[in-house]
Amino acid sequence: MADKIATRAAYGEAIVALAEEYPELVVLDADLASATMTKKFSQTYPDRFFDMGIAECNMVGVAAGLATCGKKPFVNSFAMFSAGRAFEQVRNSVAYPRLNVKVVGSHGGLSVGEDGATHQCCEDMALMRTIPGMVVCCPCDGNEMKAAVKAFLDYEGPAYLRMCRLATENVTDAIPGYKFELGKGVTLREGNDVTIIAVGLMVLEALKAADMLAAEGIHARVIDMHTIKPLDTELVKKAAQETGCIITSEEHSVIGGLGEAVCSYVSENCPVPVLRHGVEDTFGRSGKAPLVLEHYGLTAEKLAEKARQALKLKK
Amino acid sequence: MDMKEQKALALTAAKARSLAMDEVYTAGAGHIGGSLSITDVLTTLYFRVMKVDPKNPKAPDRDRFVLSKGHTTPALYAVLALRGFFSEEELKLFRSIKGHLSGHPDMVHVPGVDMSTGSLGQGISAAVGMALAGKLDKKDYRVYAALGDGEIEEGQVWEAAMAAAKYHLDNLCAVVDVNGLQIDGSTADVMPSEPLDQKFAAFNWNVIKVDGHDLAAIAAAFEAAAAHKGQPTVILAKTTKGKGVSFMENDAGWHGKAPNDEQYAKAHEELAARIAELEVE
Repeated sequence: MADKIATRAAYGEAIVALAEEYPELVVLDADLASATMTKKFSQTYPDRFFDMGIAECNMVGVAAGLATCGKKPFVNSFAMFSAGRAFEQVRNSVAYPRLNVKVVGSHGGLSVGEDGATHQCCEDMALMRTIPGMVVCCPCDGNEMKAAVKAFLDYEGPAYLRMCRLATENVTDAIPGYKFELGKGVTLREGNDVTIIAVGLMVLEALKAADMLAAEGIHARVIDMHTIKPLDTELVKKAAQETGCIITSEEHSVIGGLGEAVCSYVSENCPVPVLRHGVEDTFGRSGKAPLVLEHYGLTAEKLAEKARQALKLKK
Repeated sequence: MDMKEQKALALTAAKARSLAMDEVYTAGAGHIGGSLSITDVLTTLYFRVMKVDPKNPKAPDRDRFVLSKGHTTPALYAVLALRGFFSEEELKLFRSIKGHLSGHPDMVHVPGVDMSTGSLGQGISAAVGMALAGKLDKKDYRVYAALGDGEIEEGQVWEAAMAAAKYHLDNLCAVVDVNGLQIDGSTADVMPSEPLDQKFAAFNWNVIKVDGHDLAAIAAAFEAAAAHKGQPTVILAKTTKGKGVSFMENDAGWHGKAPNDEQYAKAHEELAARIAELEVE
């Protein structure tokens, strides 16, 4: 089995590793440095780390002020709080003036596990996606996360980086010629019967689902759509035209995230059946993360089922 | 401050009030009451206190100002125009689809605006960030922010207040425009916030109380703030909402309403008379 690392852990390593190269990088946290993995940065670069206490709205505003003075602030909290609680600060103090603040949401989705619904944010990508000019990115593994952090540092403007709590297998490091570029999806597996477009944790499940389908003679294309805004519409169009049906898969509400982004584009530009796999319009619940994911159907098996349904709808 | 400078400042403030009134009347909308109450503070900041260069509005070492009570753009735009950041002619397009002077400050399009604000409680946090950056970069610029006494009902203001004290931001000076009124009525009725001095003191801020229409006292307060080390300073400026227009003074109804033709004529007459009086002196 490949190495396992949580994307938040890879993020924590990346900001430390890149701190010398990017002297304008500053990191803010809201009393969650051990969980968001900014602790190592705080110990290594104490002058460039600000613990703003349990006050996410102010943290985002302070970051905006730092950005007006040329800093590259990364603000950190659980997705529920950085993208949820501080939504309006992100909209009005960061995105509207187009300030170079990176909003980081750790513990996105149901894989938070035991903490339950109040902390399982399945709406963060939807919230961030609705803000004009916001980039929304959710890497699928540690390897991709490290590349994403560097890309975020090189990108001037507001952006949201989602990560999850669970340790996950690296999938992208085994892909020949893998290259990370914001706004460009990565085709992890070729296939012409159906396309699975996945983001974050569900990318690994998509690959497993493709294996199950392959055993039945169904060749599924698998796309890792780490950036859901701006969406790689060229890649989506190609998938629609070449495979004739699409499944989206995300550890997020089926409302407002990757699924709707793909549906909107496909219905207006290259109509084919698109089925959304994700968290239905519901709150999460406490439990061990894998069991919670299973309870809500966020598994390779359910994803494969959706793919079979999509094939039936295909003309 | 000598009498000559005081008179010059008073004349500038009188002109700013008149321009603010013209903006709101021309636009048929805007927040005049709180603009008239903060005008003396803004005039003192831009014409005496702050190191700014209208020809180089983004100079990295400039002093910075955040209008956290962002709705009072009529006063801010008037002062910025008088200071030379853009022409007075542009004020005619306040709140117009044809111009860039939007209802609330927009740092992307308006020269001299250091932070986009409008959603109450958010500007002070940005000012904290600017002051923090100044400390980090060992720069000696100062950061100013103006808040409304209704605005401080927002919890974020107190989050920011805690953070400013934590980082000993003595390069930050906030002014609260204590005019005692907000949209729904008096602050005492809507949400009592006094004693403000004790609240800010309890948040580890240096507190200065001042008559917000006494230009010499305002200038002295800013000097005392700059001299105070180790803590941020808040200046509690006691003001009159609608200051300078008899029928607008102390009336919450003039928070966000434009005068009609008759009301404008009367307001203009009073404000013009004040300018004429100061020009003669």
